[in-house]
Amino acid sequence: MKLMHARLALAAIAGREVHKFLRQPGRLASSLVRPLLWLVVFSAGFRQVADLGGVIPFDPALDYRLYMAPGLALMVCLFNGMQSSLAMVYDREMGVMRLLLTAPLPRSYLLACKLAGGAFLSVLQALVFLILVVLWGIGLSPLQVLLGLPVLVLSALMLSAFGLVLSVYIKQVENFAGTMNFVIFPMFFLSSALYPIQRMLDAGAHWIYWLAAFNPFTHAVEALRYAMYGEIAGRSLAVVLVSTLLFYLVAAAGYDPQRGLSKTARPG
Amino acid sequence: MSFASLFPASLEINNLSKSFGARRAVDGVRFSVGTGEFVALLGPNGAGKSTLFQMLSGLFSADAGYANIAGIDIGTAPILALAKLAIVFQQPALDLDLSVAANMQFQTDLHGIPRPQAQVRIAHWLARFGLTDRTNDACRLLSGGTRRKVELARALLSAPELLLMDEATVGIDPASRASILADVKALCHERGMGVLWATHLVDEAENADRIVVMVAGKVRFDGSPQELLKTGKHANLTAAFLELTRTAGEKA
Repeated sequence: MKLMHARLALAAIAGREVHKFLRQPGRLASSLVRPLLWLVVFSAGFRQVADLGGVIPFDPALDYRLYMAPGLALMVCLFNGMQSSLAMVYDREMGVMRLLLTAPLPRSYLLACKLAGGAFLSVLQALVFLILVVLWGIGLSPLQVLLGLPVLVLSALMLSAFGLVLSVYIKQVENFAGTMNFVIFPMFFLSSALYPIQRMLDAGAHWIYWLAAFNPFTHAVEALRYAMYGEIAGRSLAVVLVSTLLFYLVAAAGYDPQRGLSKTARPG
Repeated sequence: MSFASLFPASLEINNLSKSFGARRAVDGVRFSVGTGEFVALLGPNGAGKSTLFQMLSGLFSADAGYANIAGIDIGTAPILALAKLAIVFQQPALDLDLSVAANMQFQTDLHGIPRPQAQVRIAHWLARFGLTDRTNDACRLLSGGTRRKVELARALLSAPELLLMDEATVGIDPASRASILADVKALCHERGMGVLWATHLVDEAENADRIVVMVAGKVRFDGSPQELLKTGKHANLTAAFLELTRTAGEKA
């Protein structure tokens, strides 16, 4: 594959994602409303009961809304990853996916272009959310956003790769509602986005704790939270990195004509 | 090196097979499409034409056999083979939200054609199909026949050596159908491009250089339209095709 060919294909595939996003201004608004509701409405009452004692690197004396900010930024990425997945399912139904899969390029590269486009949009939306939090003046500094950016990018890649995996197995756009209930919500709630998972153990919910401890989203939240305080959460970063690679490889296998679509596609 | 290997056929299929569970969708199919040849692949619905096309375009892998596109095996070197191939699918594959030009540029980018060269080719093919005035229209605004023409123009951007048309005239009016068929035939001979035109409509196969009849996953006939007529005392190709389909169905 020539470099120019690779560059043009990246511009075409990722550029199409961005172009579609820009044509739907409501999409940015709706992606921001969700985390802002959590940050403003949910935290209004919950910050009185949330016990953040012993949470590293967070200082319990700080505002609970600052604890939520990394998890909510990644919620934006999680939903955008699912949106990209939905777009791929829609493309498959509309036939555009066939055009893509018959391009003279390695499948793995085509998926990487999709991944890049999805992750770029995720980071863009999450940054807009974090900038709004900075502007709100509850104590998040621009430097913290900057420190968190590399982890935000890595986590966005992981969640977009997860979206690619889902797009292999979701056969119709109509099935997307089920994905929300069975994948997105459990992934978000079984994490440290809203409160430390240690509190699950304290409450005796051991199996819920272990599910949360193995949830890659928990590690993305922790890695981002640490990064925003200038610290490195090595284990969480490693989990995010390995999960990204794993999701990408599973998606690539799913789109391989010898293993994935050939088994599931409709004969004609 | 033989003379034939210097000028490989646009398409050479040998013993290609594909099963879905216990059902053999494509069963030992063997035929070829020469350079500049227009071959009609005629078969009733469910004959295995679409499965065959999906194998030729690398969407499915074959269980057995091989298919060479301009001398390159799609199974072992799919990227090189796909660079020689263009496909117009049965199901339309345009991004309806994008303009005609944007849809075409998407294709040239996927094929790695440099942008300045791409612009020239896009302008050329849009003019050739009388679509210049629709360049900036969103594809959603186009009629079914015009969308098909855009897809055909888009397919030709990469200067393919083989064009696969998978029942590409389904759902469009007779005038547009005739126009697209005439355009493809002319291009086939002008550019020396092999064309495999899958259809279940006998009239679309009448003027083909060759007809391949596929029934129940197998090739039942491969020859000229005149030879198909001679397979029995048939007044027309439709009668010959129906007879072939019926006898093949009984054998299956």
